Amino acid sequence: MAIQLDAGRFEQQIYDLIVKASTDLAPDVVQAIRTAKEHEAEGSPAKNVLGMILRNIDLARNNRTPICQDTGSNIYFIHYPVGISTQILQHAIHQATERATRDSILRPNAVDPVSGKNSGTNVGEESPFLHFEEWDADSIQVDLMLKGGGCENVSTQYKLPDTSLSAGRDLNGVYKTVIDAVNKAQGLGCAPGILGIGIGGDRMVSHLTAKKQLFRKLTDKNPHSDLAEMEQRLYDDLNTLGIGPMGFGGKTTVLGVKIGAAHRVPASYFVSIAYMCWAFRRHSLTLKDGEVHYA
Amino acid sequence: MHKITLPVEEKDIRDLHVGDEVRIYGTMITARDAAHKYLIENTPEFIKPYLEDSFIYHCGPVVKKSGKGYQFVAAGPTTSIREEPYESMIIKQYHVRGIIGKGGMGDQTLEALNANGSVYLHAIGGLASLLAQSVKKVRDVFMLEEFGVPEAMWVIDVEDFPAVVTMDSHGGSLHKEIFAHSEAMTQRLIHPVQV
Repeated sequence: MAIQLDAGRFEQQIYDLIVKASTDLAPDVVQAIRTAKEHEAEGSPAKNVLGMILRNIDLARNNRTPICQDTGSNIYFIHYPVGISTQILQHAIHQATERATRDSILRPNAVDPVSGKNSGTNVGEESPFLHFEEWDADSIQVDLMLKGGGCENVSTQYKLPDTSLSAGRDLNGVYKTVIDAVNKAQGLGCAPGILGIGIGGDRMVSHLTAKKQLFRKLTDKNPHSDLAEMEQRLYDDLNTLGIGPMGFGGKTTVLGVKIGAAHRVPASYFVSIAYMCWAFRRHSLTLKDGEVHYA
Repeated sequence: MHKITLPVEEKDIRDLHVGDEVRIYGTMITARDAAHKYLIENTPEFIKPYLEDSFIYHCGPVVKKSGKGYQFVAAGPTTSIREEPYESMIIKQYHVRGIIGKGGMGDQTLEALNANGSVYLHAIGGLASLLAQSVKKVRDVFMLEEFGVPEAMWVIDVEDFPAVVTMDSHGGSLHKEIFAHSEAMTQRLIHPVQV
């Protein structure tokens, strides 16, 4: 049975989702930052930075202003049931995006790479990015992430084996690439970061798998025991690097590590690392039985 | 805590060292990728008074326009290292006293800070709502039509703007120290000594 979609109301719901994503961090992220602050030494730059970050989070929520001025690439993963028109969904998302840009909730961030011209509306080729998947559920789920350019610039992809890292085609090889990537990123991705890691696939699937991991809750546990173990090992070891919040030094270099795997062709073994800044802006909405629920 | 009021003299900047916390007051200008290229390739005369003895802020703000003019609503720093090819020339040519950004810069800029008596100040990345509150007034804007909102050069008055010195005029760089430590740790984790 197909659900009813009111396009006008859906546009308003997407607008509200954009406002939430830009101005309010999810509770699991705020909690991770609070815990990190408690672990840093009294009077250290790391503790001061995390304290200011928490003040900024409160201020943005209370004033309904963007947490970070780089409202980033707007990345949507949309699950929808049989019978829903993705064109109507896309149109509503574009309209809501233009309105949020006019209202200074989003910065105009879509630049034509050939002419150098900013579209001024955040709508352009592949902008915002929409990934549609049909599913069996009788509901629509829209996951939105705003990912800034600074952390996207330090995101990267490796091809195993990598002789400079003595990294072979196994999880231990994956481990080495991640340590290397975070060391190279230093504070540039606005540490403490959250890592979405995709292993396997072709280059495109590998990056997509990495980005998808960022929609997982920081508190969840990977159902795959080998990956769960690797997530914990990376989290512990990355936090010994001493890069710390903003690269000022400290015990908190990452807030979370999430790994996903996709089947690869025998000749290729890619590791993709999607580095997300502490301003981890992701929210979702679910439409079911005529009711909307935000998370 | 050091209070810096712009415009600022070289001797006050020479007093600053890596790790010092500062609060900035006065008029400064934003400039990022397009503006840095423009400053080097076009050397516009009109911009010189805004840069001399003042600070450049690496920032692409979210701006609101109302009857009262422009207002910054979100204004954290952007990554500075992208301006490394230009910054040392800009510091020397326009006598800029300070760069505010995030992530630090490279050896060329560090050398220019030393030669010119200038400083690199790190603002906290993502602190957009908080830092926008320190921007009290937008005085003017240049190249808005050509570059768009994030890349335009915004002339702003700031008060109590918080930043930390991470590269000083004496060759000191916090970024080099942190990297040396994390690089050593990385080598130990990637290439563990076989026993």
